[in-house]
Amino acid sequence: MRAGFILSEVWSGLRRNFSMVISVVLVTFVSLLFVGAAILLQMQVGQMKDFWYDRVQVSVFLCPPDSEATNCVDGEVTGDQKDQIRAELESSDLAPYVDKVYFEDKAEAYEHFQEQFKGTSLEGTVPKDEMNESFRVKLKEAEKYDIIKETFSSTPGVEEVVDQNQLLDRLFGVLNIATIVAIAIAGIMLLCAMLLIATTIRLSAFSRRRETGIMRLVGASNTFIQMPFLLEGVIASAVGATLSAGALGLLVHFGVSGWLQSQATGFSLISGWDVLLITPVLIIIGVLMAGASSLITLNKYTKV
Amino acid sequence: MKTDLIRFDSVSKSYDTRSRKALDDISFEADRGEFVFLVGASGSGKSTVIRLILREEVPSSGRIHIAGKSVVKMPSWKVPYLRRGIGTVFQDFRLLPNKTVFANVAFALQVIGKSRAAMSTLVPDVLETVGLAGKEKRYPSELSGGEQQRVAIARAVVNKPGILLADEPTGNLDPATSADIMNVLEKINRNGTTVLMATHDGEIVNRMRRRVIELREGEIVRDVEEGTYGVAS
Repeated sequence: MRAGFILSEVWSGLRRNFSMVISVVLVTFVSLLFVGAAILLQMQVGQMKDFWYDRVQVSVFLCPPDSEATNCVDGEVTGDQKDQIRAELESSDLAPYVDKVYFEDKAEAYEHFQEQFKGTSLEGTVPKDEMNESFRVKLKEAEKYDIIKETFSSTPGVEEVVDQNQLLDRLFGVLNIATIVAIAIAGIMLLCAMLLIATTIRLSAFSRRRETGIMRLVGASNTFIQMPFLLEGVIASAVGATLSAGALGLLVHFGVSGWLQSQATGFSLISGWDVLLITPVLIIIGVLMAGASSLITLNKYTKV
Repeated sequence: MKTDLIRFDSVSKSYDTRSRKALDDISFEADRGEFVFLVGASGSGKSTVIRLILREEVPSSGRIHIAGKSVVKMPSWKVPYLRRGIGTVFQDFRLLPNKTVFANVAFALQVIGKSRAAMSTLVPDVLETVGLAGKEKRYPSELSGGEQQRVAIARAVVNKPGILLADEPTGNLDPATSADIMNVLEKINRNGTTVLMATHDGEIVNRMRRRVIELREGEIVRDVEEGTYGVAS
């Protein structure tokens, strides 16, 4: 009986304030779209970290012929130098940090170069002889890169120590900034949504003041009087949250999984499943946000 | 031991500190089943008394007990339960124009969570009492002023409250219709409900010969059994 009454009140309220309800839905939709995007970006960063930190290595590039680096003044790296570097990499000093050492010769380096720049103007610009030989070192902990760098920075025959994690860190930096921007926009939009919900409820409370006045007079409880207003805001923002999850799902399914994944092979990208995973989060944020702003407004405008 | 249904002890009320007190140290009690007129000029404090009983306001000082319970100390979540024991009628009827007579009365039960079964027995009963049997399906706009006020009274008493507060219930009605409304209120009073009626209508007060409490500038200047509207008459 009571539930039926409250629901019919909610329904009539939603119809009465149709345009305001639509605007609440839309503002919630946009704000949660950004919230969702921020979460997905962070999931992507996490996923890439897991993926890359397993594979990315520190490369100890050895001197090619005619290098201008300070360690290479004596010309191309010699066989003795190579043996010494390998011995050092496999020594007990570095054993706690180094997982695997792999030597990449000129032929492999050339192959990788050609593969990497296939179809670009750089393809074929560097002859096989001028390629760097290198030791590819897989670390036990990707963050311990500095130890390798320090150990080999002044070793003769080593041109450069490059941590490929650093390249990734720059990519993660970009993604993190994108996340912050998304969160900032989401924050502003959520504030808009809260203010809009507050305004909607004020209007709604005003247009129903006759009913609520009588309800108070005959002893309806506060909860009972406020519930329809509260539900109005909550339902509108839950609809907005669902829409934003749907939009993110489509975006990820067709945009990321469909298009971007085909461009960026070798990356593992977020999928529709991840969107499904964050959908409840978005709905909960929407509902809590609407509930909080409704309660604050209601306590101001429908006091006993 | 008699039970005072309404009891005011040295109640004062000022709405703000600068202006004159709306009520200044008033004390009275009304017993179960009494009929009390609250008379006085506009601004004498009649409406404030009603608002205090409903706990729409709290007194600045003094104590108010309704059915033995202090309404001053009452936590706000209990206020709705206090109001379920008090029916209220106003000069302007306050009906919902988009609901039928039946729905307007049933609304009062609906919002306190009464079952449909309770409504289907209580509402026709009370409409019978106020003389509106057969007009359940009408809308307020199709009714005369007197009939609308009967709907409002029906709504006020459908939950069988111990107290009926009436704030100028005949203020918008002609004398003949007013007399009908007074008959309805008297009938409800005979069923054991305490009626407290604020009014300007001297003719009604004089004809009814009930207890009269007169307020002037926030003070009780007269409290007599079987009184009249003015001291002179």
